[in-house]
Amino acid sequence: MSGTAILTADALVAGYGEMQILHGVSLELAAGEIVTVIGPNGCGKSTLLKTLAGLLRPQGGRIELNGLDITNATTRDRLRAGLGYVPQVRNVFGTMSVEENLRMGLFAVPGSIKDRQNSVREILPTLAEYWTATAGKLSGGQQQVVALGRALMASPTVLLLDEPSAGLSPKATSEVFHHIREISNRQGVAVLLVEQNAHKALEISDRCYILAEGRNQIDGTARSILNNPVVGKIYLGAYGEVE
Amino acid sequence: MIDYAVSILIFACIYGLVALGLNIQWGLTGLINLGQVAFFAVGAYTFALLSKIGMPFPVGVLVATLTGGGFGAAVAMFTPRLREDYLAIVTLGFSEFVRLILLNEKWLAGGPDGIAGIQRPMTIAGFGSEVSFLIIVVVTLAIAFAFTRRIEGFPIGRTLRAIREDETVVSSVGKVTLAYKTRAFMLGAALAGLGGAFFASYLSYISPDMFGPNVSIYVLAAVLIGRQGSSVATLASTALVALLLEGTRILKDYVTFVDGVELAALRLMLLGIALIAIVAVRYGPRRAV
Repeated sequence: MSGTAILTADALVAGYGEMQILHGVSLELAAGEIVTVIGPNGCGKSTLLKTLAGLLRPQGGRIELNGLDITNATTRDRLRAGLGYVPQVRNVFGTMSVEENLRMGLFAVPGSIKDRQNSVREILPTLAEYWTATAGKLSGGQQQVVALGRALMASPTVLLLDEPSAGLSPKATSEVFHHIREISNRQGVAVLLVEQNAHKALEISDRCYILAEGRNQIDGTARSILNNPVVGKIYLGAYGEVE
Repeated sequence: MIDYAVSILIFACIYGLVALGLNIQWGLTGLINLGQVAFFAVGAYTFALLSKIGMPFPVGVLVATLTGGGFGAAVAMFTPRLREDYLAIVTLGFSEFVRLILLNEKWLAGGPDGIAGIQRPMTIAGFGSEVSFLIIVVVTLAIAFAFTRRIEGFPIGRTLRAIREDETVVSSVGKVTLAYKTRAFMLGAALAGLGGAFFASYLSYISPDMFGPNVSIYVLAAVLIGRQGSSVATLASTALVALLLEGTRILKDYVTFVDGVELAALRLMLLGIALIAIVAVRYGPRRAV
């Protein structure tokens, strides 16, 4: 990892009721970097993101954001501290317009709606094309951009994205990943990405964590993971190298 | 005949209050409540008991509304994680629980004999008792309607709609969904309590058998026909359901070949067929052009 960690999860334990999913997962994220979490179905990727976002109370471990202990903070307090979260699929307010969706993103933090909307439209210029449209009637890719825009309204320093390519066409997936790279490059936002589409995600990522059965398995730079034949075979399919 | 029409309008307004409440809970927020009659009964009995100790009409109505809302908040707080089918079962059970308490606890509310001699509001100068009551209930419904329209248009309305669509997304922008759901349930129950107060006052007599699950179903049908979430459509469809319910009583003057009991059953059958037809036309598959 290059630079100081702004998000740290240390030995996180979490689950649903008596069913424990995470058994001591740890990770770090530095400003401006994109980190992907991959792993087989049921390994705890989405649970990890929900726990970091505050939607799931951890049973053990510690989470720090910008040096602040947020382990037991509410989702609203985490948002105020700079942690944005975009849930998996169906993640827009379907009956609202795109403009209203973005307005909702500024609920928990103070700020001028117009100023923030203009700023988000600069980063995601395609939003202007369907600004007044009903979000639920947009394509999957457009909805994902709206969800990203809504999360950016609160000016996060860390963005948690749960499978942003789920259900998207290859073209839409490329566009969404392009936007994610842009957000990181231009705003210096650190992005933690959970993805099934591991190849595509690793292509825009700096580092990667691989989870298995709720535990850290392997971590390293995205390039080293992509070029690791063993990892490629197990987690990325038979083909695991980049040009 | 005029008195009969006034009576239908009064019932339409009373059920309109209850349906507006259900529209906040189910239509806007997606909280399925099959026991709206429980809060209606709580409001009616609260008003009736206060009336018996001589409490003025406005105070009785206010306390009945608040009591209905209080019961609604309690149900919402005891079922924080319940959604859809589970909440439907709990609310249905709760409504039967309330009805059985009213039926069996004679010391509390007269048991099966119910409560008689409930006061009506004072008549408005120049109008008869029925028309005065109609004016008061229409004004109350108009205020409740304006209130629910404001909720729909305000940020709280948008948030409630968003909770109906996906609670996780709402939580992700920092909103505490339980607080919103509790408020929605409380407001909806308060409106049902308000309707109950007018119901008790209008009939001057109430008993537990007036608060069966069929009341919840009629109100649910009205909200369903009106499409979830719109106060205007909810009121229009409530008027239609009230017309079908109360208007078909006139059949006894025209249908002479069946006795009273058979006619009552026939009336309910006709009502059921009419509701099925309306829903089929409104929500049925569109023909290809």
